[in-house]
This record gives sequence, C-alpha cells and structure tokens, in this order.
Amino acid sequence: MTTTVEECTDPVALSLWHPVVAVAELNPQEIQTTLLLGYQISYGLRNDGSLGAARQDQPRVELPVRSRYGYLWVCLGEPRGDVFDIPEAEEADRRTLNAASIMVNTSAPRAVENFLDMGHFPFVHGGFLGVEPHTEVVDYEVTIENSEVWARQCLFYQPQAAASASGGQISEYTYRVPHPYCVMLTKSSPTDPSRQDVIGLFIQVMTQERIRAHNFLSVLDEDSSDTVLKRFQQIIFSQDKPILENQYPKLLPLDPRVEVPIRADKSAIAYRRWLSELGLTYSVIPGDQNSTGQATTGQRSL
Amino acid sequence: MIKLYNYDLSVNCYKQRLMMGILGIDYESIPVDFFPGQEHKSEAFKEVNPLGHIPVIVDGDYTLRDAHAILVYLAAKYDPSGCWYPSDDPELIGELSQWMLFAEGTTNTASAARLHDNLGYAFDIDALRSGAHQLFRVLDEHLWFREREGKDWVCSADHPTIADLAIFPDVMLSEEGGISRLPYPAIRRWTERVRRIEGFTIMPGIQEAASLAI
Repeated sequence: MTTTVEECTDPVALSLWHPVVAVAELNPQEIQTTLLLGYQISYGLRNDGSLGAARQDQPRVELPVRSRYGYLWVCLGEPRGDVFDIPEAEEADRRTLNAASIMVNTSAPRAVENFLDMGHFPFVHGGFLGVEPHTEVVDYEVTIENSEVWARQCLFYQPQAAASASGGQISEYTYRVPHPYCVMLTKSSPTDPSRQDVIGLFIQVMTQERIRAHNFLSVLDEDSSDTVLKRFQQIIFSQDKPILENQYPKLLPLDPRVEVPIRADKSAIAYRRWLSELGLTYSVIPGDQNSTGQATTGQRSL
Repeated sequence: MIKLYNYDLSVNCYKQRLMMGILGIDYESIPVDFFPGQEHKSEAFKEVNPLGHIPVIVDGDYTLRDAHAILVYLAAKYDPSGCWYPSDDPELIGELSQWMLFAEGTTNTASAARLHDNLGYAFDIDALRSGAHQLFRVLDEHLWFREREGKDWVCSADHPTIADLAIFPDVMLSEEGGISRLPYPAIRRWTERVRRIEGFTIMPGIQEAASLAI
C-alpha cells in the first residue's frame, strides 16, 4: 500500500535490538528491504559473511547490527547492551531454526499477550495445545526478575504438545518476556525431560499495527525433519492469526481500567504494567501515569 | 493410497484436503516446506511438477497437478453419487466449468493478496484487492439471486459441487489479504453453508461453523 507510515520517535523502542530476518534465508550480496518502526531499511549479507543494515533515507550510515540465535538484529538508535541471552540455545547439541516469518496486521504487544495466554488453547488450538473440556487455567506464578517478566508453573493439558509428541500430557511451561516485543517459553523436551525446548516469538515491529513475527525454535529433537518442525509451529501460529487480526484496538491499552482481565491473565497484567514502567509508547496506548503502579524494585511477586 | 504434496497453509492444498475429507478418501500427506524453505522451487520437486507449484497428487502411477484439475479427478473417480462433478448433465457441467475458471480468478487475486500480506510476496497489492472485490461483488449478487430461487450453492444443482470447494477457501481467507467480506452478506451466508457440509475439515484460519441450537 502507498499510505504514509509514521516513523517511530519513541526513545525506548529506538534503543532496542529488533529482529529483522533469519540469517539462513539471506543470500550473499542480495540486498533486501523491509519496514522497521516505520523506517524503510535495507540489509544484507556481505561476501565475507558479515551483516549490514542501513536506513534507506541515510544509506551511508551503518546501523548497529548483531547476529544472534539465527537472526539479524538491528538497532535504529543507541543500543543499550546486547540482545538478551538465551542460555538454552547456546548448547551445542540443539537444533535451532526459524519456523517461519509471518506478517500479521496487529501490534507486537497484542501478539506477545496472545503467546502468553493459555486460556485460548482448547478453543483456538483444539487437538494440539488444548482440548475441550480441559479448559481450566490453574493458578501460576508471575514475577519480574532482572527487568523481565517471568511466569512459572504454567500447567495445561495438551493433546499434542509438539511435533514429536504422541498422545496427551500435562505440559509445564515457563514463559519469559525479556524484551517488549519478544516472548518465549520453555518446556521439558519430549526426548530428554531433564532439559528444555525453547519456542520464541521474536517480533519485528514494521509499524505500530503491522508486524513480522519470527518464530524461533531451539529443540532437542533428532528425529523430526525441519519441515515437520516448521509445519507444526506454522499451523499453531496461523490458527492465532485471524484472532489477532480481529482484536480492537490494535494497539495495546496499558491503562488497567480499559480491558478487564480475568485471573488467568496474570502474566498479561504484569506485562502491561512492565511496559508502562519501561515508558514504552510505540505500539501501545499509554495509560494514565497515576494508575500504573509503582516502579520496578528488584524481584516482586504478584 | 493417494499421496498429496501438501503445505498446510496453502489454500490450493486445502481444496484437496477438503474434497478428500468429504469423500472419505484416505491419503498420505507429503509435507512440502513451501515457506520459508521454497522447496516447491527446488530441482528435486520439479521432478514431481516442472511448474514448481503445489498441490500435486499421485494416485498409483497417475500424477496430477493443479488444484482445480485435481478436484475434477477426485470427484469424477471417487464420488459414486456423481453429485460433486455431475458430468452427465451438459448444462450443469458447463456452469460448473465456468465457476471453476472463476475460482482461478479468486486464487489469483484474493489468495495472492494473502501471500503478499502474510509472507511478503512482491505483488501489486492494490490491484489484487480491487480485483478480488470485483469478483466478490459478482459472486455475492449471483448467490443472492440463487437464494431467491431457493438454491444454496454456486451451481444451480440442489447440492454442492466442486465449484463451491474451489471458490470457498480463497473467499474464506480473504481477510488475511486485507479483503473484507462485510459488504457481501450472501457470500457470508454461503460460507456458513459450506462449513456445514458433512465431512467438512478445517485449516488454520478457517474454523468450524458454530453448532446450531436445537
């Protein structure tokens, strides 16, 4: 579309590292273009294997880039620190891949909240991540640690929890939001229950209401082909897509009085409060400063 | 057993899954890494289909490509009632062929718009959307007049045909390409009827019809 896109001026969003593409999907010397925070950017892989990116209106100014977890990350401002760590993904015997990069007409925080929500599993992912009548979300623990949102002891009955699962099981998830637009979960691996599989949604914020969701996988699975692993994630994500695209407003309201949560939304409540405390304004409807609670002080239980 | 070279998010592959589900045909799905792998463009896949697209079916030593051709084959061969592909009625089969060609149009506009919006294909999105709306207007008016005659389906038979299955997926996922169905009430009622056909199967983005209160 030829509509004008508003460029982001939010200093919080500008200082973040943003995922832009799976490096494995880049051909050397081919320049690709995309939208990031409303800016047209170009990026590519040089012959020597290094990555580069620049705004199209400032082609001579190299943007800060990183290559981590299989993705090219770009910062449009002054980066604060590095891309967040994923200790599990550093283990040598893992398979790490991009299941898909799919564009969705919604805001990044709406997609993060959908990823955090277990309540919709039996209704939207029936037969995979949930099934009626197993609809209860039992209480779980939410904390803010090291400026990240964590949700632990998230238990749910799942008829087919992963591509490699054969039969139903109670899955235990740990959710982690290390970045306003990135979310991941870990759960014990079907092939080695003492270790964790990681599934992440790393969101490229194209505009406030349009995203490209990069679906990250780091699993201990020696049997399933890449195609089978990707297929499972793509089915799940595509089931969510029409739901996400029909949520209004598309921007996430941070004022806690605007949308009424239920008990199962504890992680979303913490996420919204955390975004308020970060002072993020891009992709959200900022709340009333007086109603967003106190500032983060170390670890806090909800 | 029939083999279907399949990608779960493809509307054209879904047309075959829908038909085989309705006819109760067992088949083996061979997953193709269409995105992001572009496996359908690989040299290995071009042995199966030199045009480099899916779906393709292999039934014994018979191989067939192109979504709408496969629908014709499946219905002609595996539907003993002769309803889905009524080849013994010249007028009906003429109508049906007309709407199968119409479905090529909805695929090349509405479903192409979906590829642009979801996967970033470099298409002229404004042209695709306006092309889809032109077709949807024609279909909506057609279905509206059908309803006046007490008919539920795209062709004038009193039962659905493969023309319904060929058009339905492109229409049902149009919102993923930014094409709203709000202006088309007769289309919306028809999609509800399609979703109530016995043996109907879903795909990501297409839900089952809500159960009817009795």
